[in-house]
Amino acid sequence: MTLALFLQHLANALSLGSLYALIAIGYTMVYGILRLINFAHGDVFMLGAYLAFYAVATFLLPWWAAFLLAILVTALFGVVLERVAYRPLRDSPRISVMISAIGASFLIENVGIVVFGGRPKGVQVPDVMNVRLGLGGVSVMSVSVVIPVLTFAVLAILLWVVHRTKTGMAMRAVSTDLDAARLQAIDVNRIISFTFGAGSLLAAVGGIMWSYKYPQLNPLMGTMPGLKCFIAAVIGGIGSIWGAVLGGFLLGGIELLTLAFLPTLTGYRDAFAFVLLIVVLLVKPSGLLGGRHVEKV
Amino acid sequence: MKPKRTHLYSLAAAVAFAVLLGVADATLDAFSLRVLDLCAIYIVLALSLNLVNGFTGLFSLGHAGFMAVGAYTCALLTMTPEQKEMNFFLEPIAPWLAHVTIPFIPALVVAGLVAAALGFVIAAPALRLRDDYLAIATLGFAEIIRVVLTNAQSITNGALGLKGLPKFAGTWEVWGCAALSVAFMVLLTRSAYGRALKAVRDDEIAAGAMGVNVFRTKVVSFTVSSFMAGVGGALLGHLLTTIDPKMFTFMLTFNILLVVVLGGMASITGSVIASIGVTILMEALRFLDGPLDLGVFQLEARPGLRMVVFSALLMAVVLFRQRGLMGSREFSWEMLSRARLPWRKGGPAGTDGGTHGVA
Amino acid sequence: MALLSTERVTMRFGGLTAVSRLDVRIEKDEIVGLIGPNGAGKTTAFNVITGMNTPTEGRVLFAGEDITGMARHQIARRGIARTFQNIRLFKEMSVLENVLVGCHLRLHPNLFEATLHLPGYRRRDAEARAFAMDLLREVGLESNADELATSLPYGKQRRLEIVRALATRPSMLLLDEPAAGMNPHESLELMHFIRRIRDQFGLTILLIEHHMQVVMGVCHRIYVLEYGQTIAQGDPAAIQNDPKVIEAYLGAQ
Repeated sequence: MTLALFLQHLANALSLGSLYALIAIGYTMVYGILRLINFAHGDVFMLGAYLAFYAVATFLLPWWAAFLLAILVTALFGVVLERVAYRPLRDSPRISVMISAIGASFLIENVGIVVFGGRPKGVQVPDVMNVRLGLGGVSVMSVSVVIPVLTFAVLAILLWVVHRTKTGMAMRAVSTDLDAARLQAIDVNRIISFTFGAGSLLAAVGGIMWSYKYPQLNPLMGTMPGLKCFIAAVIGGIGSIWGAVLGGFLLGGIELLTLAFLPTLTGYRDAFAFVLLIVVLLVKPSGLLGGRHVEKV
Repeated sequence: MKPKRTHLYSLAAAVAFAVLLGVADATLDAFSLRVLDLCAIYIVLALSLNLVNGFTGLFSLGHAGFMAVGAYTCALLTMTPEQKEMNFFLEPIAPWLAHVTIPFIPALVVAGLVAAALGFVIAAPALRLRDDYLAIATLGFAEIIRVVLTNAQSITNGALGLKGLPKFAGTWEVWGCAALSVAFMVLLTRSAYGRALKAVRDDEIAAGAMGVNVFRTKVVSFTVSSFMAGVGGALLGHLLTTIDPKMFTFMLTFNILLVVVLGGMASITGSVIASIGVTILMEALRFLDGPLDLGVFQLEARPGLRMVVFSALLMAVVLFRQRGLMGSREFSWEMLSRARLPWRKGGPAGTDGGTHGVA
Repeated sequence: MALLSTERVTMRFGGLTAVSRLDVRIEKDEIVGLIGPNGAGKTTAFNVITGMNTPTEGRVLFAGEDITGMARHQIARRGIARTFQNIRLFKEMSVLENVLVGCHLRLHPNLFEATLHLPGYRRRDAEARAFAMDLLREVGLESNADELATSLPYGKQRRLEIVRALATRPSMLLLDEPAAGMNPHESLELMHFIRRIRDQFGLTILLIEHHMQVVMGVCHRIYVLEYGQTIAQGDPAAIQNDPKVIEAYLGAQ
């Protein structure tokens, strides 16, 4: 393999990894606060991509306006989802909440099939995202450069919010101990809504970027990326924002580089993430950057 | 009421049901009969999921994987060499499999055993995890199984699947398995072993302190459940007569989970009722996926509408009636007599259900 | 020879040392108290003895056997039973079933035997039921046998937890704050109850308790922990007059 080819694979891995990271952050935020696997996160991702698609195709908005509108509406959707499907179950057994999340995921997917139609839709990629950039034998689409930049910009903003603002402080308090936070007069519901909104917004950004990179939409498009990004979050250490980023890059890297070096394994691509998940859960269940969690007797 | 008399009732009910099945088998058209048989398969599958989720408190989402293994094992064991040759046109079947053909019932048992063996192997690492981690790990194992089945071309025929399986799963076979499953579950949950399962579910730490080997109990429950799932998958394959890896996605696990939640976690009666209800509803609502004529206006075909109903149903149950239809209660003849004749013994008092259910 | 002894048992969680070099010796038939302010490491000591935690250092010996690091059920099998500070009953099971789980060790059901209700199993099951009902009658819970365990009032739940532990037929019983939430009258009853079960079942008892009346009234010897360290031990009279203990409870003079 030539150096150029290797760099090409690396560039692809970087772009896919940062996309995974973007979505994984949403999982990690929600899990950090509620200890809940938001099974519907991948479907929120799908919703974001469709909203941007319709804003352009039906309402003829410029792509950037469609992008902004879609991520805001999706954020709002995330807030509503939490209120309807999760909040009533806050004091219920974890299994109930998980079942509700699975139900919500299937509901969104199938409403998606009914409303958007089951057949795949082709996305019109904005011109700025569709420029071929070449550098010394490595050639990528501009979207593949935009994605990592966007991911790190989002990450910077998020870290600022979490560590430098009052809301962020409250988020950290809620994630450490929900009941204690409530006693400190923190409006727990508002913080949880904010977290879901922010997580869903990131999912929408991820979904739209995904649709620019792989310009085809279908209502089940969120399922696999959703599962994989959850796995990325677990690998990195669920609840940790940096962990999600690390996990996303690790997963993207392992997936693409394995395919590059061992092309015979192409058919097994979707199994990599799960194998990795199981290995991590067995070796270091708290993930690479996660803290320890011990049940009290 | 004396146990003797309730046993008599149970026997009578079983005979009546068998007669009814015989009549149905002889008179119903192929489609209705298929729905009837599907009900029985769902009973096997729902009980199997209920054993781990409801009775042992392990939230496993890997059922589709064990079903797939059972279905493929049974199919490959019962197909004739000619059928196999017809199916495997892309790549010939592995030689060691090409000439194996055994009768259905032994093949069914082997299918269950292979699924159980796999369940046992997976249980050892997976059951060290808890709650949501266990859920996602079992889901992961099921996905891995599906990906392997899709790629093991010379053994499973890959994405093409297997077609033209002999239709061995008739009414007597599937309902026989359903009856055995119900009987097994009733006896198990009433025994000391069943108590150990429930103790582990309610409080692992206390169960351990009482001398229950928590890990072993979980592994046994998981393995037995995998056996039942394997048998259920095999029956499904031989009812539909075709199988392919796409059948065994998370969607299938979702359907079974819906049945268990709807019927009530930890209720055998609930699982049985919900299996029949959901299976019939799934078929009855099939029209939703076709074009709809609402009188005033027409809707074009919208596949997916049926699943909208079912996912909304699941959420509604979890949000508004968490215990499902039955909670953890079971049918009993006493329950029936109490409900109908509340005045006879001065109102319902004493024990509530669960002691003399019908097998 | 002591029935139960710990040798320099130390339990650390990360940077926190919950129990440090604990040396406890309990002779057969003794009732021994473990007291100390909140967070002194009493429950951790219980957890180490019953296999909930494996100690960082040190050994636990029971009836001459090293049981350090054994699984919970193995320790239960050797005859140590316990109750929990925050009651841990099997919530979805009846009172009788809770006690029957305690009989699990004597029943040791295997899947096939139990499911098929084979004669040997049936006989053992009938015996276990009779034994469980006897125990419930003993503590006045027989009329509640078919109720859901968690529907019992608090005091009865505590009693049920003790009965469930007795059902394992232990030789050593560990009680974690048995008198918590009881009024003086109930505490008095509890003291009689503890003495009675010790005599009746030939038990050796180790108990954690905050009610000094109960501890001083029922224990032969007492160990006092503070910040994981054993600061005093001896009979109730000696403990009451120990300046270190007074300081730990009342603060420096």
